[in-house]
Amino acid sequence: MAEAAAPTKTNGVRRRRWSLSDWSVRHARGLEWFYRHFAGALLMLDPLWKAVGYARAEKPVRLVERQVKGLLFDCRMCGQCILSSTGMSCPMTCPKQLRNGPCGGVRANGHCEVVPDMACVWVKAWEGARRMKDGDAILAVQKPVDRSLCGTSSWLRVTAEAAAAGGREAGEAGKAA
Amino acid sequence: MTPARHHDENPAGAHLPLDPLPGHVSRGRLERVLRRGEFAVTAELNPPDSADPEEVYARAQIFDGWVDGINAVDASGANCHMSSVGICALLTRMGYAPIMQISCRDRNRIAIQGDVLGAAAMGVTNVLCLTGDGVQAGDQPGAKPVFDLDCMSLLETVRTMRDEGKFLSGRKLTTPPSVFLGAAINPFAPPHDFRPLRLAKKIAAGAQFVQSQYCFDVAVFRAYMARVRDLGLDRQCFILCGVGPLASARTARWMRANVPGVHIPDAVIARLEGAADQKKEGKQLCIDIIDEVKEIAGVAGIHVMAYRQEEYVAEIVHESGILKGRRPWRREPRADDALVAERLDRLLHDAPARTPQEIVRDAAS
Repeated sequence: MAEAAAPTKTNGVRRRRWSLSDWSVRHARGLEWFYRHFAGALLMLDPLWKAVGYARAEKPVRLVERQVKGLLFDCRMCGQCILSSTGMSCPMTCPKQLRNGPCGGVRANGHCEVVPDMACVWVKAWEGARRMKDGDAILAVQKPVDRSLCGTSSWLRVTAEAAAAGGREAGEAGKAA
Repeated sequence: MTPARHHDENPAGAHLPLDPLPGHVSRGRLERVLRRGEFAVTAELNPPDSADPEEVYARAQIFDGWVDGINAVDASGANCHMSSVGICALLTRMGYAPIMQISCRDRNRIAIQGDVLGAAAMGVTNVLCLTGDGVQAGDQPGAKPVFDLDCMSLLETVRTMRDEGKFLSGRKLTTPPSVFLGAAINPFAPPHDFRPLRLAKKIAAGAQFVQSQYCFDVAVFRAYMARVRDLGLDRQCFILCGVGPLASARTARWMRANVPGVHIPDAVIARLEGAADQKKEGKQLCIDIIDEVKEIAGVAGIHVMAYRQEEYVAEIVHESGILKGRRPWRREPRADDALVAERLDRLLHDAPARTPQEIVRDAAS
């Protein structure tokens, strides 16, 4: 007699069919280096973003960001990326979307309480963080997610904020001089 | 003769808040006990699947005189029960010191902040911030998991409300909630080397006391506490070790497989299986674990989770001798209670008195 097929359940968790998220955690240190330079490059392009208009740049940049980070991290486009504080393991892929560390339900084998065949996002985050130069960022308490930013480009936001902060600093320095 | 009033009770009424003490954030008894350096005992109330307040009172009464705080769980294990706010409303009426659990699974930040204010207004002085088990663990796996905040941002939110007198949005409160803030720890789940640092994070976010998951593996707990002491965390926060009696080897196996985050070593199950009376052995095992953990430096108390065995809490606390003769608060009759009772008795049982209107009418006729 044929065995009844086990019902397929996702427990409400959406997962990309395949992504390089395990590879990213293993190479957290390299990605940390890359990200630092990449952020600098984006900031240098600030005049370009300003010329095009941050609002008009949003759509194409978001498209690229979604694809690249989707492939590397199974990114969910929360719009407020904290990968450098979470060992390059995306906290939004945690079924509870925890941004401050593992819950108490992690199984003895380091797997998720909600999805038993998935490695805990935060066990991976801790591994990744220990490979990173600035891995202690994982110890900082993260603010709650601003759901109104979901689906927007984190790259552009960070760049715009850094540019504004840089501009303010330069302005203050100019006033002082 | 009236018995001497408990030093942690407002002389004007058990349900009334205590006078604030310097250096205390709340007006609750649990904070007083812990800050005095006494070994605290808290217990978990099994929430009823009922709309009858008597069931809550009966379940709380078993703990009378044995515990310093009663945890009102918020749909623990993602199973539906009477809400923690509801249980706290009933318990505070009776003068009990509930520890209101808030889980991030079922409510968003708007609902939670409102509940914190409501609870504080009812006299809740202890709030325990939890992430919450996933909905798949409970009786309604089809529910929508919320997880708008996590335990850490929840702690910070309530602390901001209390200390800065404002909502997460920055909007001002006229009276902030004076609550003693708690969190949960699970030293028994991986990644083990991150767990003590996570406690440090919780303390940074506002945790003042923590209750641990069930401790059945004292060696793991001891190693965790050693690391916690190295980090100096035991001086920044009161750590209560979670304990509880196992009813049988079968229950233990079931819990290990089905309750998220519970770690039970094989040796424990073997000990239960080898016993003639498994229930009795489970209780003895719990007392043995208490004997061991109370000696670990940095442990400020225990949290007894005797699910469906609440009647054993008193015995466990008594036989382990952790109170050292101390008497946690319990509701006791006051001198004027007799007067109230007598008057109530008359109101309830005597023939209904004539109304003033009837008296006037009779006099006129």
